[in-house]
Amino acid sequence: MAAFLINSLGLPAWLAWTITATVAAALILNVMAVGALVFIWAERKIAARIQDRLGPTRTGGKFGWLQSVADGIKLLAKEDLMPEGADGMLFRIAPYVSFCASFAAFIALPFAFDFVGQRLNVGVFYVVAVLGLEVFGVILAGYASASKWSLFGAMREAAQVVSYEVPLGMCVVVPVMLAGSMDLVTIGEKQAGWFTNWYLFHDPFTFVIFWVYFTCAVASVNRAPFDLAEAESELVAGFHTEYSGLRWSFFFMAEYGSMFLVSALASVLFLGGWNGPVPIASLLGFSDGTGDTAGYLVRLVGCLNLILKATLGVVVMMWVRWTLPRLRIDQVMTTCLKYCTPIAAAMFAGAMLWSFFLPGGLVGLAGRRFLSRPAGEIREGWLEGPGGGVAREVVSSRPISEAAMAPDPSRFGERRVSR
Amino acid sequence: MMPSSLFGMAAMPLGTAAMPLAAVNWHGLFFLVFAAVACGMAVAVVLADNIVRMAFYLVLSLGATAGLFFLAGSEFVGAMQLMIYVGGTLVLLVFGVMLTAQAPFVSIKTATGDRVLAGIVAASLLAVLLQAAFSVHAWREPGRLPAARAAGGPLEPMSSPLGMALVGVRVDDPSPGPSEGGGVAQGGAAAGGRSGYLLPFEIVSVHLLVVLVGAAYLARAKRRRSPRELAEALR
Repeated sequence: MAAFLINSLGLPAWLAWTITATVAAALILNVMAVGALVFIWAERKIAARIQDRLGPTRTGGKFGWLQSVADGIKLLAKEDLMPEGADGMLFRIAPYVSFCASFAAFIALPFAFDFVGQRLNVGVFYVVAVLGLEVFGVILAGYASASKWSLFGAMREAAQVVSYEVPLGMCVVVPVMLAGSMDLVTIGEKQAGWFTNWYLFHDPFTFVIFWVYFTCAVASVNRAPFDLAEAESELVAGFHTEYSGLRWSFFFMAEYGSMFLVSALASVLFLGGWNGPVPIASLLGFSDGTGDTAGYLVRLVGCLNLILKATLGVVVMMWVRWTLPRLRIDQVMTTCLKYCTPIAAAMFAGAMLWSFFLPGGLVGLAGRRFLSRPAGEIREGWLEGPGGGVAREVVSSRPISEAAMAPDPSRFGERRVSR
Repeated sequence: MMPSSLFGMAAMPLGTAAMPLAAVNWHGLFFLVFAAVACGMAVAVVLADNIVRMAFYLVLSLGATAGLFFLAGSEFVGAMQLMIYVGGTLVLLVFGVMLTAQAPFVSIKTATGDRVLAGIVAASLLAVLLQAAFSVHAWREPGRLPAARAAGGPLEPMSSPLGMALVGVRVDDPSPGPSEGGGVAQGGAAAGGRSGYLLPFEIVSVHLLVVLVGAAYLARAKRRRSPRELAEALR
């Protein structure tokens, strides 16, 4: 976009970059804010349906679709209270820490090919690292409130973090290994084509590990059955007991933003990202990589694809929330450390062996080209980059078909769009 | 993102207040912002007396350092900084509060002697670091490019060569290096490239494993005493 502004409109570079950055930041902010409004409404409706009632029906005519806006206005008008014994600075700043962490993680999340705030070479790692910061806000809030309920919530949250981060990291590593890159855009690209190319269906191990990831992701965003930090029935409202008004709503924006984020991350890592189950665009002869209007439209559809998948993930989280009872803290730790971690480790080893012995998958074993290119062909294309002669020798010691050695046009680093 | 422009902002004459926005060196500006946050918050850590506030300042300082890494284009190190240090501070905070809290808000009062001692240590470290920084020739001339950039090579920050180097293959530097002896170097030479960092990587892994086992051993619940031992202990 910056290139477009500079070349076509003749703007100076500094203005073009400033505009580009502002637009990207504003878009991401809107994804979070509008997303939170929609998801809170959806949560109320889904909860109502699961509990056999109607939920909001009146505000805004049908379906109560303006309910969240009305709630927002109410929150704006609420008095901002702070307990007398609280640590004022930390109490005030904690909601922003949570919100900023969630917001910062969105920067590296690609919504479609090239629809990404900042394409990072270590995108996955960055997102996971920044998401961990959100917890910091929760713990600060719990501590600074000078309330026993809040402190209990914060301590539970801390214990929970230590337990879920290990399996979460292990689950994330598997798609990184399969794609040979930590770049989220590359990982999404590698899954282009039919839905059989999605890493979810890459092998049985990745299929299992997707569910482990989802479990840990639910734990990481403090949703029931892992909402121990909140625990309305035990701790009043946990870490945000003392919060009211807009500060309180910042926590919720952060929570719903993170829910969307981990679901979108799941989509990119396992569910093909912005690639639909059927590659309609490429069947029609369009590519998302071209710089013309068609390419832009294809990317826009891809963006819708990703948002749809991520929303599906969020809806599943809501469904889980209103279905399962809350776990005890020891049960949370048991789930994460005693079950999820060994499962993730075993599945990691399994996926590694699978991609080593069956680089083309079962389809490659059968020895014919079926549906689309086997994953082994497009994997590790970056090895053929500059100075790749060495790496190629290393790779060729493995049994790989002739076709796999042919230069791959879609390989990383050589592709395609001018921004 | 030119590292050469790090000092460009500082080198600009301050008198030209009416300079157009285009002349603002954004990289240098952001460098100054991040550096100021990092340094200011580091000082705040020392001056604060509430342990949770200290942890918060520390997180800000370390986060700003990560920002500096991102600004320099080394995303991997930046993300590492966030993951390890900021996440580590979180655990530090929790255990610091849990293990030391006697009152609702923990305060730490430092004795004057400790302050003097810490000041001396910090000042000597600063002196060593400053001396080291100013002895790097390339950093003293603002306009000069690092050798890699000047050669015209694309300096794309990639984590994949890093990973390959860790398992012993140097895809980024295929020229055969001097044989350093040892099995790993032999393996690397056989692949036609310089040896990677497989041996250090393995050594670090084993170290971490030992630490984990040790921690698990120390934290393990003590073996239950037999009734006879218990009676003796009570006696």
